[in-house]
Amino acid sequence: MSDPLEFDIIVVGGGHAGCEAASAAARTGARTALITHKIETIGEMSCNPAIGGLGKGHLVREIDALDGLMARVADQSGIQFRMLNRSKGPAVWGPRAQIDRKLYRQAMQSEILNHTNLTVIADGVEDLLIEKDMVSGVLGESGRHYAAGAVVITTGTFLKGIIHRGAERIPAGRVGEQPAIGLADRLYGLGLPMGRLKTGTPARLNGKTIDWTRLDMQAADETPIPFSYLTDRIEVPQIACGITHTNPETHAIIAENINQSAVYSGAIAGRGPRYCPSIEDKIHRFAEKTRHQIFLEPEGLDDDTVYPNGISTSLPRDVQDVFVRQIEGLEDVEILEYGYAIEYDYVDPRALDVGLQVKVLPGLFLAGQINGTTGYEEAGAQGLVAGLNAARRVRGDSHATFDRAEAYIGVLIDDLITRGVTEPYRMFTSRAEYRLSLRSDNADQRLTARGIELGLVGKHRAEMFHVKQAALESGRSLMKASQMTPNDAQKLGWKVNQDGQRRSAWEFLAYPTISIAHVETAFPQIAALHPAIKDQLEIEAMYAGYIERQKEDVAALRREESLTLPDDLDYRAVGGLTNEARAKLETVRPATLGQAARIEGMTPGALTALLAFVRRRPDRKKAHG
Amino acid sequence: MALRRDTICALASGPPPAAISILRVSGPQVQEIIAARFSATTLVPRHATLVDVFDAEGEVIDSGLAVFMPGPASYTGEDTLEISLHGGRIITELALEALMTAGARLAEPGEFTRRAFEHGKLDLTRAEAVADLIDAESQAQLAQALKQMDGALETLYAGWRADLTTCLALLEASIDFPDEEDAPDRVEKPVGESLEGLECELRKALEHGNISERIRDGFKIAILGKPNAGKSTLLNQLAKREAAIVTEIPGTTRDVIEIRLSIGGYLVWISDTAGLRETSDIVEAEGVRRAREAASKADLRIWVFDAQDNPPVDGVQPGDLRVANKCDLVDPGTVSRETLKITAKAGIGISALETEMISRLNAMTQNIGAPMITRARHRQGIERALTHLVAAQHQLKSGSGAEFVAEDVRLASRELGTLTGHINPDTVLGAVFSSFCIGK
Repeated sequence: MSDPLEFDIIVVGGGHAGCEAASAAARTGARTALITHKIETIGEMSCNPAIGGLGKGHLVREIDALDGLMARVADQSGIQFRMLNRSKGPAVWGPRAQIDRKLYRQAMQSEILNHTNLTVIADGVEDLLIEKDMVSGVLGESGRHYAAGAVVITTGTFLKGIIHRGAERIPAGRVGEQPAIGLADRLYGLGLPMGRLKTGTPARLNGKTIDWTRLDMQAADETPIPFSYLTDRIEVPQIACGITHTNPETHAIIAENINQSAVYSGAIAGRGPRYCPSIEDKIHRFAEKTRHQIFLEPEGLDDDTVYPNGISTSLPRDVQDVFVRQIEGLEDVEILEYGYAIEYDYVDPRALDVGLQVKVLPGLFLAGQINGTTGYEEAGAQGLVAGLNAARRVRGDSHATFDRAEAYIGVLIDDLITRGVTEPYRMFTSRAEYRLSLRSDNADQRLTARGIELGLVGKHRAEMFHVKQAALESGRSLMKASQMTPNDAQKLGWKVNQDGQRRSAWEFLAYPTISIAHVETAFPQIAALHPAIKDQLEIEAMYAGYIERQKEDVAALRREESLTLPDDLDYRAVGGLTNEARAKLETVRPATLGQAARIEGMTPGALTALLAFVRRRPDRKKAHG
Repeated sequence: MALRRDTICALASGPPPAAISILRVSGPQVQEIIAARFSATTLVPRHATLVDVFDAEGEVIDSGLAVFMPGPASYTGEDTLEISLHGGRIITELALEALMTAGARLAEPGEFTRRAFEHGKLDLTRAEAVADLIDAESQAQLAQALKQMDGALETLYAGWRADLTTCLALLEASIDFPDEEDAPDRVEKPVGESLEGLECELRKALEHGNISERIRDGFKIAILGKPNAGKSTLLNQLAKREAAIVTEIPGTTRDVIEIRLSIGGYLVWISDTAGLRETSDIVEAEGVRRAREAASKADLRIWVFDAQDNPPVDGVQPGDLRVANKCDLVDPGTVSRETLKITAKAGIGISALETEMISRLNAMTQNIGAPMITRARHRQGIERALTHLVAAQHQLKSGSGAEFVAEDVRLASRELGTLTGHINPDTVLGAVFSSFCIGK
């Protein structure tokens, strides 16, 4: 290795975005450095110790399909695996796990510290180094210069982060961490559009002081289903979580003291997430409800800390003491750390391109909470995209992108850079138009081949993938070749149209009343397939009709995505745009016509004018030689 | 880039009535459409040719000047056809229908220009000039349609969309927040009821709103009444010929006699029916049954009665016309003021009746009187939305997952969204968060 202070890529921050960014860049072969204040906080879960859920679990599987870290690390640290939405179809199953905070941190650190092409450096980052209007590295607090072709900043809520608890104000990123003033000043100095958001966290409780005997318990799934396609089975012991509820007394205490809440006293200007309201918000907005559910989630196997999910608050300590002990099972609870709200600035992600690079400063990439998102999974997915594209930039390659029809990662990035955010952005399955194809079961089929092509996927996974693909392919052919007349199907008690049309096992599976078990009895050759392959093909066959129908939509989407708009397009020169349309286009600077169409409030007229302008440009260039 | 193209058509001139209506067609099927719908099966390129335009049944709609411009030397770069017809509402509507039944579909706002751009046909200055124009076109279409409908349709559509958003909020909340106590668990019942109600409303709207079909096929008017009230005489007067046999013998008309007429520019089918009475004659009884059937299908019912008798009550519905015949036999003062007075035999009062019929027909078309392009677009959109609503209910009943139901509901709302504005995921999430306390 050459000079140890010279790298291809520097990733600042060791959170979930930082780890995925560093790993992705290093996997593609870039010499990468991850710089963080404290190596021992790499992979720390700062909020709720859980991974996955609806939409989020899909992201985790996609990160895994591209050989990222999060899924494998969660498989080594998950203490309560549950597949959400089991009663619904597989497209909306959401893998989720409660995580042992310490095990996660350890597993993540072991990945990062032993990663090929990756150097971990303990230092603060004071400033960016800039040469010829491009990023050339960072300046450490130690005074050292670290040179790099691209820098990925993943520093979460450090921009003007303020913790609120009643009247208390603590400037901080997270409790006990130093905000990086110099780097923040540099980002503000770039004149990027900023917004302000808030989020909150509940008090942490001592599990030993909870009366668990009085509470309902929610067990883990009997057979935990791993996140990673590489994990055969979960070895970590599984635990149960407690469920309790607030009650009218709790509500009365909170209502009486609501003016002391940092949010309701007017101290907080930032917008909080609607899907994760504080307990104050719940009581204020849904006054008719007499109770709210709380999940008591242990933070680890040998950790007594309990995360009471559902009562995040910015009320003063004394009020927290009183209202928490009004809750059943928590009468004598000891609060280990009080809840708080944190308010912070974020960079309007519309200032980023599709590779998460800052448009006005080439070589600088942003990922994670700094872009207005919330959640480890959203952060990790962005980290992967930023790390990958930072490495591609250094190699002189164009951005690698994922579109809305191939991955939740594509939905996430497109939503961020096209529509911006007004509340901390979280993934939901309802954000994905092609939800029935973007399933958590087929993330590998959707993305691993892509990942191999991009150099993201290691040899082991690539081999496993090819074996599985081949098995799926032959299973699919077998199912399509196994056919029966409707008359024979009726003899088996299957309800199908008696139209004389022979159908294959594959087609029969599209009937809601016909399952793989039925098909197996009729076609013994199918019973011989590997169970995992059978399950996968059953899901595929079930959605096949809908996915066929979506093909035209997807084709239309891709047609519009293939019409690229130049980065330096002068919108003032595009005739026929209203001022409003022009302002929106200038904010977003869409990369394609399709992206332009998804900008809120874009009119067909504006799009047509844009298309005409772009179509004419090459001709003009030709004419001028 | 080779795009798969279909053929589009639209009214290119202002809304009728106007001196002329110019229809424009563009796409690969233009020559087939010419062969199928014009009296001249081929046209000399870029020459104005006088042609007859036929509907799907081969009836002449109108004659006008047609110009065929083969691609790429045309506005859009594709084979293009422009036809100038007389600028009447019905002619224009029928001609558009004729183009559509021959394989074209209605163009989206700005689609001709878009095709022109995509074929690189427009230079920059013209692109600048038309960009504004297109914007005005689509917005004006919507505004015009909604205004003419007196806001009624806008409210109706907004109501449907709100219902669909509520359904989606229920479905999405149950999908995206399965661990939340407040999020709905069982959504089949409320969603099922809501979808069923919506399906019913959409069907009703299509039925009532499908005025272009009536303009094409003709309004149905039934002449009803007791035997020997003078129904057949009235029919003959309206037809200005002896279409029906008229005798003094009650019950002469056994079957329904239909004649096709043009009244006030509307195509109408007037049916003379058997006199309504109890009868043991099998043939006559069948005639009475058919008369009642004709009455139930009619857009307008004319009840004819002998001025010497009491006005009919049985079977008369609000909005029906009552006509007292044989008024020469009674003192005019004895007949109710609301009743039209005629003496069919002598042709007295017939033109007043015709005027009244026209005003009724006007009122019917007025109620639905949106500009026709918008209206046809609406009908297509509503029909597609309906298909998805039916599919969603089917999924719901067959016990498929909420994700299947949601998919069809989302497609239905997208179709309605193309008529009035968009439903985006944020709208649905907004509805979720305002209805349910989410946040564990």
